Amino acid sequence: MNTFAELIIVVVILLDMALAVTGSLSGCIRLVAVQGVVAGLLPLLAGGGAAHGVRALIFPVAIVTLKGVVFPWLLLRARDRSGARKDVEPLISYPASILLCLGAFIASSWLGSRLPLPETNVAWIVPASLATIFTGFLLITTRTKAITQVLGYLVIENGIYIFGLALFVEQPMLVELAILLDVFVAVFVMGIAIFHISREFDHIDTAELSELSDWRSGEYGK
Amino acid sequence: MEIIKPFSQYLAAMLLAPLLPGIINRVKAFFGGRRGQPALQLYFDLYKLFRKTPVYSRTATWVFRAGPVTGVCALVTALLVLPFAGRPSFLAFEGDFIFLLYLLGLARFATVLAALDTGSAFEGMGASREVQFAVFAEPAFFLGLAALARVGGQTSLSGMFAALTPETWRVAAPVLALLTAAFFIVLLAENSRVPADDPNTHLELTMIHEVMVLDHSGPDLAYILYGAALKLWLFAALIASMVLPRRTGSWAGDSALFLLAVLGVAVAVGVVESVLARLRLTKVPYLLITAFAFSALALIFQVGR
Repeated sequence: MNTFAELIIVVVILLDMALAVTGSLSGCIRLVAVQGVVAGLLPLLAGGGAAHGVRALIFPVAIVTLKGVVFPWLLLRARDRSGARKDVEPLISYPASILLCLGAFIASSWLGSRLPLPETNVAWIVPASLATIFTGFLLITTRTKAITQVLGYLVIENGIYIFGLALFVEQPMLVELAILLDVFVAVFVMGIAIFHISREFDHIDTAELSELSDWRSGEYGK
Repeated sequence: MEIIKPFSQYLAAMLLAPLLPGIINRVKAFFGGRRGQPALQLYFDLYKLFRKTPVYSRTATWVFRAGPVTGVCALVTALLVLPFAGRPSFLAFEGDFIFLLYLLGLARFATVLAALDTGSAFEGMGASREVQFAVFAEPAFFLGLAALARVGGQTSLSGMFAALTPETWRVAAPVLALLTAAFFIVLLAENSRVPADDPNTHLELTMIHEVMVLDHSGPDLAYILYGAALKLWLFAALIASMVLPRRTGSWAGDSALFLLAVLGVAVAVGVVESVLARLRLTKVPYLLITAFAFSALALIFQVGR
């Protein structure tokens, strides 16, 4: 059974890499959704089965609905409404992204072996979570669209979720639900914000959102 | 008596290798709704080519004549260290997977030099592309074999594949699955199969491997075709040994299953060629970097285990 959980971990890491090389925005949104669903299914397989009956079932169902259905729908809607170009417009090339991802995985396996963590029953879960968090940062820093910032945020959340699984098999349900609610509100608000940004500025390119005025650079003093 | 088996394994590999391109062509023909050429077509081609007189251009030197022979010799030698159905080959030694890689490199080097020696611009272009893709394919293959060595704790190819059992698949399934995927991509790229190169194309601008051998004729072309078949067999055999670790115990049973698996790999290549279009030339390195990432991940997993 743990082999199966390990396969899921491998899938999570492969999804990280796929995120690093995928050029289409809708592809990225779907990949993030798939990753969230896969990560949500992980406790069912790794936690030793139906330990708590209903509770163990409700939470994954909530995660799968939210990350697999609601978030992609919100983000795809935001993408359509913003009228942005369909690709992610990376600042670095795709091979460089994937090599960075790979380097992150090497660094996180080294870090995972150094961290004083309780023994986990699934191998590579800590490196995978750290690598996923790093991929989220990569998406935030090297892509210029505002939507990819939201995607990066979601990927980081996935990574933190997996990291939590590695540490505590038993999380208080209230905490888990609160985190989920936070993420939901964040994505909801960011979806609205992206729509407003694109309406105000005719684009959602973050590289040009660095100044807090509606003057373009080079137009000072006019 | 025990020496007979490795020899017959080796002979089987040498004799059956030209069958694989035929199988691939039949599968493609089936998908295209055609009858296709006979499965034994390459044998007929080789027989025909060996009886012909080669033609040499006046600008070509001995390098051009030595290329095909060196290439085919390197591959015939490489098959010596290749295990057959998990049984050791008769030239297995510690670290022979590096030997194998360098033999493949030597074969490529000879082909590239021969292509450059013709002085044709097209062939130089093909040589440049071949080497450019090799830069990405070889690290993927090397890291993959290193990960495999780590799985079995052995440094000879025969030892690696002998150490693979159904139990290994149960314990290290993610690693082996990643390696199989990586090796399959490397197989497609190294044998100039569809997503990387089109073996059927007759447009010099898009060819990679085929353009390098345009000037070879007669027995030289036969050597090159036979060498390509051996290379395909080599990669197919590696994949087949990986996905088929089960031992029935009897040598004949194992060998039969293994041969079926090799033919299965050829069928898989044919299916991939039928359903995929050729990648744009600038996208091919991405494919190979993916294979490299798979191999690297497998190695990291195995080391961190």
